[in-house]
Amino acid sequence: MSNSNSVVEADNLSKKFNDFLAVDHINLDIKRGEIFGFLGPNGAGKTTTTKMLSTILKPTSGSINICGYDVSRQKAQVRGCIAVVFQDPCIDTFLTGRENLDFHARMYHMNGKQRLKRISEVLDLLNLKGQEHIKMSDCSGGVQRRFEVARGFMTHPRVLFLDEPTLGMDIQARRKLWEYIKMLNQQENISIVLTTHYIEEADFLCHRVAMMNQGRVVAVDTPDNLKAAVGMDQVSLRVSGGAGHQFAAVLRGVEGSEKVEESNGLVQLSIKNGEDRLAGLVELADEYGFVLSDVDLHQPSLEAAFLYYTGRILNNESANMAKSSMDTGKGMK
Amino acid sequence: MSWMNITALVDPLPIYTMWVRQMKRFLRGRARLVGSIMMPFLFLAFLGLPMSFMMVNTEIPGMPAGMSFLDFLAPGIVGMTLLFAGTLSGASVIWDKEFGFLKEVLVAPVNRFSIILGRSLGGMTTAIIQALIIIAIAVAMGVHITSISGLLLSIVFMILTCATFTGFGLIIATRLSSTEGFMSIMNLIIMPIFFLSGAFFSVQTMPTWLKYVMFADPLTYGVDGLRGALVGGNAFPLSLDFTVLLILSFIMAGLGAFLFSRMEAD
Repeated sequence: MSNSNSVVEADNLSKKFNDFLAVDHINLDIKRGEIFGFLGPNGAGKTTTTKMLSTILKPTSGSINICGYDVSRQKAQVRGCIAVVFQDPCIDTFLTGRENLDFHARMYHMNGKQRLKRISEVLDLLNLKGQEHIKMSDCSGGVQRRFEVARGFMTHPRVLFLDEPTLGMDIQARRKLWEYIKMLNQQENISIVLTTHYIEEADFLCHRVAMMNQGRVVAVDTPDNLKAAVGMDQVSLRVSGGAGHQFAAVLRGVEGSEKVEESNGLVQLSIKNGEDRLAGLVELADEYGFVLSDVDLHQPSLEAAFLYYTGRILNNESANMAKSSMDTGKGMK
Repeated sequence: MSWMNITALVDPLPIYTMWVRQMKRFLRGRARLVGSIMMPFLFLAFLGLPMSFMMVNTEIPGMPAGMSFLDFLAPGIVGMTLLFAGTLSGASVIWDKEFGFLKEVLVAPVNRFSIILGRSLGGMTTAIIQALIIIAIAVAMGVHITSISGLLLSIVFMILTCATFTGFGLIIATRLSSTEGFMSIMNLIIMPIFFLSGAFFSVQTMPTWLKYVMFADPLTYGVDGLRGALVGGNAFPLSLDFTVLLILSFIMAGLGAFLFSRMEAD
């Protein structure tokens, strides 16, 4: 049954907290060498899934197989071939970075020679040389996070779980960490399973993305395929004078328009062949007497794909950043 | 349990690693060390010494003739140090939980018994170091320790007392979900254990009802054993103290380790 090319397989996996179904019968098949991402809003069940996959939370039902071992019956073997970087900080702040790495390596039964060599390697990879003798409590959050990721790579795990690896980081630190994760995945052929609610993180890093919403996996595919499946362009129209709501009502009647959403005068909709249809929409606004202050056309983004699959906008503080830095659309005033 | 099972449970490198971590944390928390020495020091300096001056040439019931109150009190204060340090070392698992470090340990391919064994041995080592510092302070104040062999014997009682209360602290830690209720639990349980242990007075001179209460206090046997080993004047035979503590430490430490092994990381 087990495919030798798969490193993580989950079958009908569920987790119930009292009456709340946090993870709802999901199936997974994550391949060797892959960077696989769970994308979804807070509360979608990403962290709960990661905890079950990484042996620290018992599933309510379903089975998990990691590197050929059954997670419920062979915990020790599973723990021996994975590493986890948890969402909340999980480092001993009384110890230095090097001591934390050394502690970890000893817990995984690495001998002195291996430890010395590997610590030096991961410090290099994550650009932490020179900071390894500082007590963790005196380091910035970003440095602590990098040490946690470095620790994850210490033991040559076959699967590395990263739960929101860049949460709370500034943009520069985040981009740097993405580069490291990519490089580590390529150089060491480590399969990486990460969770994120940052669209651009999933888009930039992941070979495949599982979109999660309310405990369910609604779609799994490469970012490109997910976007292509939408097949529609995203049009945003800013209406002056607080008439956005009325204009949205008009647009809902336009042939081929879908998912018309309005908030604070900004009307967004999906439509096929957006480039050709845009002029018509602007004309329509004129006809009805609406004044448009801004018009935007986007090729489908992963964000649009998320909206398409879940009917939900993935709101987060980075949404604006994503627009400004990864915008592929054309604006016209 | 077969020998095979026991060797599978004891994983030397992680045990040593946990021990080293506890020692490093102990040595880096200078302020905490000073704080934990301060309280026993105050008891010796401002209770023990003045009472000895007051009771010079007075026969105190339950105390051997010619023994000063400071001599009598010192083993009780050593016992108190072990009680506080031991309980805290076990209970500090909740801090690891609160600050997330517990997850890092629990996801490692090491059995829980080895994890908690290493952690507890580290905590016990630091507690015994504190107790030895207190003994040194007491000697400097004029406490007469009967013999070197008595001092060595007292270490045996220290280990057993400490193991008992480390286990006790662990039991509390696994029952609590956060550090919030911890201080009130400490005051509610730890202080009575201390006051009823015979640190200040001899069990034998107490009314019967109080005697029975004191018999139920594990620290009574720890203090009595330490007293017998260090300065003499013990109420029970040392073999009784030893046996009771040995059984108690096995029960408490065993139960603590068992509850820890079933602890959820979250």
